Amino acid sequence: MVTGTGTLLEKELHRLAGSVPDPELPVLTLDELGVLRGVDVLAPGKVTVRLTPTYTGCPAIEAMSADIERVLHDHGIPEVSVVTVLSPAWSTDDISAEGRRKLAEFGIAPPRPHDATAPANGPVPLALSVRCPHCGSTDTELLSRFSSTACKALRRCVTCREPFDHFKEL
Amino acid sequence: MTAALALGDDALVLSHRLGEWAGHAPVLEEEVALANIALDLLGQARVLLSLAGDEDELAYLREERAFRNVQLVEQPNGDFAHTIARQLYFSAYQQLLYEQLASGEGPFAGLAAKAVKEVAYHQDHAEHWTLRLGDGTDESHDRMQSAVDALWRFTGELFEPVEGVEIDWQSLRSGWLESVSAVLERATLTLPAGPQSGAWTAGAGRQGIHTEPFGRMIAEMQHLHRSHPGASW
Repeated sequence: MVTGTGTLLEKELHRLAGSVPDPELPVLTLDELGVLRGVDVLAPGKVTVRLTPTYTGCPAIEAMSADIERVLHDHGIPEVSVVTVLSPAWSTDDISAEGRRKLAEFGIAPPRPHDATAPANGPVPLALSVRCPHCGSTDTELLSRFSSTACKALRRCVTCREPFDHFKEL
Repeated sequence: MTAALALGDDALVLSHRLGEWAGHAPVLEEEVALANIALDLLGQARVLLSLAGDEDELAYLREERAFRNVQLVEQPNGDFAHTIARQLYFSAYQQLLYEQLASGEGPFAGLAAKAVKEVAYHQDHAEHWTLRLGDGTDESHDRMQSAVDALWRFTGELFEPVEGVEIDWQSLRSGWLESVSAVLERATLTLPAGPQSGAWTAGAGRQGIHTEPFGRMIAEMQHLHRSHPGASW
């Protein structure tokens, strides 16, 4: 397992795989989403990419794998295998600061950071207000905890009345 | 692998039942919510069944008697209250089960640590609806009470130890009862007083004995794959 201390080639391949856009939220790259766990060069021309799903049932993982394989093939790596790892579990805290900024710009309220002092596996956190990505108001209300994809909740802004998606905390 | 089949079948069968609401849910938001919960469960089922063998063969080519899910999850959707009562009972169970598995080092620890965060949303959803229906109109209160009563006899099976699932079953049972009792009380509902397993059939899903509606459910679930093996589109 190589993480952070990879060879120059591994770092380069990590950068390439990480630059693949998310198939459902194309404003984000896989690196910004925090789902790329590592790239291991096993032999010349033979690479394993470790990917973690946001949700266990997220169907986008198959498109992500195919996109990564294509990008690395184009870069001259003939044998690419993408493996799914579940542990440690992905969290919305893994989304980078740049990723959060892009989500808001795209009209999706970014997830709130988890309270580091709260117990793990505690109740769903709901305390802080979610800011409307359209007008910036913090006066927003929850319409449904489930929305167009597994990772989002549906909210409405009380000030500007626009509905919007919220990348819910996990 | 008995344990992976048992937990995987629970998730697969409940996922299919929830999927049956597509096109029939009372409002669009609920249609989306139930489909999301079904998708989470399907993801868990795929991981678990893959630990036991080929996921497609297990899902589509087994006979009814080879499924190891608890009978609770195969119960028909009924009215919306029945769907919510089934989800409340099951999510409370799955939450506590996965919490224990996640803190161990067994083969399910990784999945459980991930899925427990998803299940927190399922449980939250079921709790909100139980409160809203139980403490709503006379009609919704009566329907919710009927639903929690009707499904009660399928809850005892949840706490029968499964070989290969290394957890404290007694604390799972007491934690579940505490959690469900608290929600029902807040929802102005009465905790059912009857036995948690029926004298006749309830409580043998883990041994492959299923209730009558399950055969029809898997007939529909498996029909396409059996008629057109390997079909893709």
